[in-house]
Amino acid sequence: MRGRVRAVVPRPGGAPEWQLPSTDVTYLDHAATTPMRPEAVAAFTAVLTDAGNASSLHAGGRRARRIVEESRESLAEVLGARPSDLIFTAGGTESDNLAIKGLYWSRRAADPRRRRILVSAVEHPAVLDTASWLARRQGAVLETLPVDETGLVAPEVLRAAVESDPASVALVSVMWANSEVGTIQPVAELARVAHARDIPFHTDAVQAFGQIETSFAASEADALTISAHKIGGPVGVGALLVRRGVEVEPLAHGGGQERDVRSGTLNTPGVAAFAAAAAAVTAELPAERVRLASLRDDLVRRVLAEVPGATLNGAAPGAGRLPGNAHLTFPGCEGDSLLMLLDAHGVECSTGSACSAGVARPSHVLLAMGAGEAHARGSLRFSLGHGSSAADVDALVAVIGPVVARASRAGELAGLSAG
Amino acid sequence: MSRMRVLAAMSGGVDSAVAAARAVDAGHDVTGVHLALSRSPASDRVGARGCCTLEDARDARRAADVLGIPFYVWDLAERFETEVIDEFVADYSAGRTPNPCVRCNERIKFAAVLEKALALGFDAVVTGHHARLDEDGTLRRSVDPAKDQSYVLGTLRPEQLAAARFPLGDSTKAQVREEAARRGLAVADKPDSHDICFVASGDTGAWLRERLGPRPGPVVDAETGETLGEHDGAYAFTVGQRRGLGLGRPAPDGRPRYVLEISPATSTVTVGPSSALDMRSLVAERMVWPHDGPVSCTAQVRAHGGVVPAVVTARGDELDVRLAEPVRGTAAGQAVVFYDGDRVLGGGRIRSLAA
Ligand SMILES: Cc1ncc(COP(=O)(O)O)c(C=O)c1O
Repeated sequence: MRGRVRAVVPRPGGAPEWQLPSTDVTYLDHAATTPMRPEAVAAFTAVLTDAGNASSLHAGGRRARRIVEESRESLAEVLGARPSDLIFTAGGTESDNLAIKGLYWSRRAADPRRRRILVSAVEHPAVLDTASWLARRQGAVLETLPVDETGLVAPEVLRAAVESDPASVALVSVMWANSEVGTIQPVAELARVAHARDIPFHTDAVQAFGQIETSFAASEADALTISAHKIGGPVGVGALLVRRGVEVEPLAHGGGQERDVRSGTLNTPGVAAFAAAAAAVTAELPAERVRLASLRDDLVRRVLAEVPGATLNGAAPGAGRLPGNAHLTFPGCEGDSLLMLLDAHGVECSTGSACSAGVARPSHVLLAMGAGEAHARGSLRFSLGHGSSAADVDALVAVIGPVVARASRAGELAGLSAG
Repeated sequence: MSRMRVLAAMSGGVDSAVAAARAVDAGHDVTGVHLALSRSPASDRVGARGCCTLEDARDARRAADVLGIPFYVWDLAERFETEVIDEFVADYSAGRTPNPCVRCNERIKFAAVLEKALALGFDAVVTGHHARLDEDGTLRRSVDPAKDQSYVLGTLRPEQLAAARFPLGDSTKAQVREEAARRGLAVADKPDSHDICFVASGDTGAWLRERLGPRPGPVVDAETGETLGEHDGAYAFTVGQRRGLGLGRPAPDGRPRYVLEISPATSTVTVGPSSALDMRSLVAERMVWPHDGPVSCTAQVRAHGGVVPAVVTARGDELDVRLAEPVRGTAAGQAVVFYDGDRVLGGGRIRSLAA
């Protein structure tokens, strides 16, 4: 359990107001964002009040630059990368945009035949929407790679897509671990398929980083996305790792920071906190991975016992699945009813995705895995992370039975039927 | 009232925000819900406002934040499309003039939403309608006659009203706005919605033309039978309409002409003098009428119209309504609601009118 403090932004002229945390919140949404780790908070606040632009030449600038470079080295080390591979960005979304657009533009500039973008059907919108924008506006041809019923992209599927016309492929992007169902892709194998034709391979490792071992070298990828707030760092900080020799056109032009690929004054406190969080998560990972997997297995087993018709989506628990991910379908229920009722009991989790107005949509990931719309709508993601405990699982298990019973009564009205 | 679990339908406007606030003050456990009624909520509207835009969802969410209540968006776009929009189009194409707000109350707010709320364990649904609902289930007009909305609620069945709460009925609109400002609700001075929320342009005729296509036909003089002109779709007209008839020349006697009748089967629009608009009786269907024998009361036949004395007699599943004074400007498809003073006695949908 985790008590949270909700800050209420002070009104102009008013005194700051703080609302006390609701005392027993069961936070099962670590894949959305996870609380900042104390190490990250310490690094962040230590740097926050120290003036100094990492591009400035005076002492303050040098201090900032040193913090950035030491953070870069430390992150590179935990990621099995070279420091110069790292380009700091403002988060996972920007990194994905930079990778997809940047690779597409540079590859196409070198050879105009390269128009095809191959991405898995289960990518995060930061990849999917970027690629479809390129298709709509920039002459790209978007091809989504189908997945099996666990969400996996088979290397043969990628090979067939590449080999149908290798010279026309601009890039391939397949995420390392799925954000909804936690399925882990065989990234190195997929990268090799692309490399057989000298095609660059990008992977979105936002969900994988911190939950499983993620070595840039071992991934064999040419570009890799990470985001700080998913590992206990601050929101709004991320990085794109780009292998030496791989050309990426910039999105943002200006002062020429970050190898001229990403201009903009460096976010020194954010970068420092990112590195601190990465160091902490990496040190804990071997033990935490086992701990979370066993908590998750417990959660799944006990929820299935409470709700006999429920099913686990995605890969079987084990090496093919993120340890903290449980994604379940409750037939006959609407996910947003379940979420609301659980929220009322202080249990926080997530449905697939919501549009900008807040309307729950059936998950494109589940649909790509072959699920029907009703099945997709009736699903919830529970994701564990640092701070998750057996008490969180107990709290969920205590309420899930009655919650599902209620939601399925509402589901009957909506014409959904169990089974 | 004892503490209840209450669902507050929050449109993003000032009324529903204050209604939710009052439910919180009354000590209830309140959850806010915004109904997403449009399939493409990205379509922000310019100038006008209704219940279907991203901005409204945002405003509703901010009001819920200020009240400190949980807030969700319920997707009712599919239900709204089949039960309200499709029906609206079908009504026009059958020559009726529908009231989609009445329909939305009957089928969405006090049906789909209410049923879902009850199934999920809520005891009541709170809305920002300006109407009063007594403990015994009697619906009455708001104290603010200019804002009274009992007319668009008048065809709800007793079981629909049983779980409804209208906390604003005892307040005027001005009081509601003032209260919203006092509570720090940013929607305090948001303009009222008037038009049909799903017709983004506000131009119902053009909207219908897009869906129904051109259906040209004659404009015929009721007295002479002469064809005075052509139109490209009878659905663009409403009974009682005077402007925009597109008739090049005035009537021989120089008096203005009005739409008297629309016959979709032949796409004919019949026009004539204003005196021919006077209707003295009507038949209503789909009624809510828990009374026996002829009842003397008053009748309201338009959303923002006055009332006229009437005698209502139930005949099978229809109501026969004699009006003591002629009414104008209503048409088949509109609601008729009956009152005893400010008490709603029942209502129905106008099937036909007669002089
Ligand atoms: C797989 C994946 N990619 C990208 C992102 C976006 O990252 P950020 O929130 O840092 O922009 C997320 C987070 O939602 C994610 O899960």
